[in-house]
Amino acid sequence: MGTSGAFAAAPWFLLAYLVLGLLGPACCRWWDRSALIVLSALPAATTVWAAAMLPSVLDGGSRTVTISWIPVLSLDLDFRLDALSMIMTLVIAGIGTLVLLYSSRYFPRGDDGLGKYLGSMLVFAGSMLGLVWADNLLLLVIFWELTGLLSYLLIAHRAGKQSSRSAASQAFLTTTAGGLVMLIGAVLLGELADTYRISEIIADPPQGGWVTAAVIMLIVGGITKSAIVPFSFWLPGAMAAPTPASAYLHAATMVKAGLYLFARLAPAFALPDGSPTFWQPLLILLGGATLLYGAVQALRQRDLKLLLAYGTVSQLGLMTLLLGAGNADALLGGMAMLLAHASFKAPLFFVVGIIDETTGTRDLTRLSGLRRRLPVPFWVAVAAGVSMAGVPPMLGFATKEAGYAGLLDGGTWGVVAVALMAVGSALTVTYTIRFLWGAFGDKDGVEPVRPKRAPALMTGPAVLLAVLGLIFGVVPQVLEGLLQSYARTAGETHADALALWHGFNLPLLLSVTGWVVGTGVFLAQRGIERARAAIAAPGAAPGGSYRATTRAVDFIAFGVTSATQRGSLPASMGAILLVLIVFPGLNLLHSGEVAGDVVLGDPAEVAVGAVVLVLAVSLLKIRRALVAVLVVGGIGYAIAVLYIVRGAPDLALTQLLVETVTLIAALLVLTRMPDTALSTGKRGNVIRTVLAIAAGALMTALALIIPGSRTLEPVSGALDGAAVTFGGGHNIVNVILVDVRAWDTYGEITVLVAAATGVASLIFINRRTGSVPRRPTVLPSDDSTRPDRPSPWLATNWSPRRSLLLEVVTRLIFHVIVVFSLFVLFVGHDEPGGGFAAGLIVGLALALRYLAGGAFELGEAAPVDAGILMGIGLLITSVMAVFGLLTGGAALQSTIFEADVAVLGHLKFVTSSLFDIGVYFVVIGLVLDVLRSMGAELDRQLVQDRVEQGQAQDRVGAGRRSGAPATAGSGRGRRR
Amino acid sequence: MTVGLVLALTVGGLFAAGVYLMMSRNLVRVLLGFLLAGHGVNLLLLTSGTSGVAPIVGEGDPDAALADPLPQALILTSIVISLGVSAFLLAMVYRNYRSTAAIVVDTDEDEDLTRQDTTGGSE
Repeated sequence: MGTSGAFAAAPWFLLAYLVLGLLGPACCRWWDRSALIVLSALPAATTVWAAAMLPSVLDGGSRTVTISWIPVLSLDLDFRLDALSMIMTLVIAGIGTLVLLYSSRYFPRGDDGLGKYLGSMLVFAGSMLGLVWADNLLLLVIFWELTGLLSYLLIAHRAGKQSSRSAASQAFLTTTAGGLVMLIGAVLLGELADTYRISEIIADPPQGGWVTAAVIMLIVGGITKSAIVPFSFWLPGAMAAPTPASAYLHAATMVKAGLYLFARLAPAFALPDGSPTFWQPLLILLGGATLLYGAVQALRQRDLKLLLAYGTVSQLGLMTLLLGAGNADALLGGMAMLLAHASFKAPLFFVVGIIDETTGTRDLTRLSGLRRRLPVPFWVAVAAGVSMAGVPPMLGFATKEAGYAGLLDGGTWGVVAVALMAVGSALTVTYTIRFLWGAFGDKDGVEPVRPKRAPALMTGPAVLLAVLGLIFGVVPQVLEGLLQSYARTAGETHADALALWHGFNLPLLLSVTGWVVGTGVFLAQRGIERARAAIAAPGAAPGGSYRATTRAVDFIAFGVTSATQRGSLPASMGAILLVLIVFPGLNLLHSGEVAGDVVLGDPAEVAVGAVVLVLAVSLLKIRRALVAVLVVGGIGYAIAVLYIVRGAPDLALTQLLVETVTLIAALLVLTRMPDTALSTGKRGNVIRTVLAIAAGALMTALALIIPGSRTLEPVSGALDGAAVTFGGGHNIVNVILVDVRAWDTYGEITVLVAAATGVASLIFINRRTGSVPRRPTVLPSDDSTRPDRPSPWLATNWSPRRSLLLEVVTRLIFHVIVVFSLFVLFVGHDEPGGGFAAGLIVGLALALRYLAGGAFELGEAAPVDAGILMGIGLLITSVMAVFGLLTGGAALQSTIFEADVAVLGHLKFVTSSLFDIGVYFVVIGLVLDVLRSMGAELDRQLVQDRVEQGQAQDRVGAGRRSGAPATAGSGRGRRR
Repeated sequence: MTVGLVLALTVGGLFAAGVYLMMSRNLVRVLLGFLLAGHGVNLLLLTSGTSGVAPIVGEGDPDAALADPLPQALILTSIVISLGVSAFLLAMVYRNYRSTAAIVVDTDEDEDLTRQDTTGGSE
């Protein structure tokens, strides 16, 4: 375990990338595109910081930081910096700085996508750094998926274009699918190794068939990310991203994540004990295939950016091949190639971006004469191209020599790899020349294009990278220490692997052959193109298998959905019941048995149960809705009696109140509809009957089996003492509601608020219940609601239905009921009662006022918005929840205050009583909402209908009188 | 441990009648069914606990066994929730009636995805 040193700042750097990434859009609003220059300071600082730690990672050194996160899942924020991470860090942060600088001129002033671009790029850079620093397999997967997500956002930068979006989802689905496979592999490997720390796994790798499977799953993640055959297709599509993003993600960094993974695992799994495994054939063949596929495709492209993209695919294949050989020298060559690739591919993308920006096209058939008009980009491209083709004195030459040398050391598979690499290198030379010719060459019959001036901030980063490639190419020895530090973790290496001149040897011969053959192929291709007077056209867009797969998934999904979701309520219900009956039911038959003694039950239970059953069965035959509702109400009252018999007075009280409120609401609604609501006229359905009886039988069986199957003491056994001591109440049920399970109750009242809001929005279509109907000051012209005579008993005399008896009774008991509800509320902690019951009692009092006096009377009785009442209730309970936290306990924990007060004597106050008051308000709000919607508002709609109907009849009458055909609307006004 | 047969039958009967009604296209019957099934489930919860005197400390015979308060608390929650849900169902019944002048719900043709000719996702 190393020390942290300056690396202790690593988590802070990651946090900075996230925070500045989120601030990016705001920065872009303030400073426009200069924000990119300002924020490039972050990757620049990262580069300097990392470079300062270079000495500490040489010769096998490392730095670690660990922050405990989710130890239960073995998921901690383990970060580790060693030579391999350092190579990646320098590439990510260094290229990142240059890409941001370049982007600050690539985008036009005031580009509205800039903020999103900047934010995504910064968060991406942070994720990528996290990926290469992660020393925990699960953490690695998390950062891995994050980079994929941000790549998606950047590819879909021009979200208005359908092609961008589909390219983005193609890249995302492909890499994420790989990432999921990788996750399985990571968990498997972590469990087999008994640690998720990558450094520990590499130091002491587990062995066996399952380990092989786990590593192969990790490799699947790697090859999807690095666009290795057969997953190469997404990378060319990803070129829909802005060119600097392509340069960064899809050339320099993200697509190297897979290579990083291979490089990380290779020392442990490529050649364990020096004997070859699946590693070499798998990666060498896939890498070689990718190398050749990418190179050949590159030769067929007209779009310079796509040419580079296929070039990247090819190079990724080459590096995979090198890492696949797995011996220490080949690994060194592979990582050297990775550095070289970053140094030449990024400037080439930069040059393509400059050409695109200054000429408006990337089509090589339309570009001519740029060599003279864009001299600086031209020389940059030449230098980078020379490096790509592996020609001295650029870095690409030295690294390719090191690669050949490493492979020649790699046994049988190494020889195969050398052959593949030689062919690939020759083709690389070909497409490099083709790129240079296509971008800058003079072409017969093509007008020389006249580019705009390229901004210095766009050419600058490209020049800098080209110069670095030259310097490192001449003295590659400066990279030797870092690369050797990594490679030696895999075994002994040859010293002086990197040099401009190794003398005449086999690698040099292979290189020279490559140059000659490559140039020859280019000339041959041009010869054919000249003869046909046409430039090779690209084949069909790749990814046929991807499209076929997504189509198949869509097809199956639609098939399954349309087979199961027929849109029929009875069918869906039946399916749910069938599952209930078949699975739990069969299990019950299989294992359950009645453990207790079955008795008939006590006489009261038997009597009430019989009443309930008779009522329930008779309900099935009732055809009138009003009667049915009354019968259901009767069942509810009977069940309240059962509750009393079973020792549950709280339930009985609440049940009675709820039943009454439900009954009132149901009568209010149903009286506004035809009384034929239930007469379906259809005979009963056999399937339904069978399902219903089976479901009922299942429930009966459950009721018989559950009581006898208890093996432990009920948790509530110890609650009676605790309720008094800690809950401060004698009514255990109430203490459970407002204290022990208060979160539950909190959730419940939010459901009530949601239901009330739903009721209001279904009835009031256009507005919330906002306005409370109050006593009108001016009489409307319509006299349908005018009272016969003033009422001395109520606040308003504005009711269409008058009942003197009801008015008097209401007058007498309304206020008494409200005061009684307060009593029920406050004794609830010790006696039956509480917030629910008390709220329902107030609700009933309000219902009485409405029934006696109509909508305006209700408005006078409760001149507040139901929403506000419920809001107050939720607020009180929420404050209660926070109060528990503030007093140092858990949320919703109650505190008991006791004091001796003069006159009043000993007083006790439990804060959970406040919670009950909140519940009280919510319930009042619910009932008020129901009354106002289903009572008052339906009254209004009915009157309106009647008025409209009258008007329509007048119109029809008028039409008849004037002899016009009476085809005006029927005026029923129901379709709203 | 004794098990009351009549109570168990009541649970089953309520549930059977409830789900039978809920499988109807008539929304009022669905509402009635919901209420019945709710009662059935509440009683099932009740039977899972022991019977006894009301679970209020310090009242009545101190030697008598208290009824299990936990199922009672759960049922209390359930009763009040079912008030909210039945109010919502009532509002739906009325809205459906206003919109279509019908109390019966038809099969929702839009749900039938086979009629859709787009292939979504892949494009």
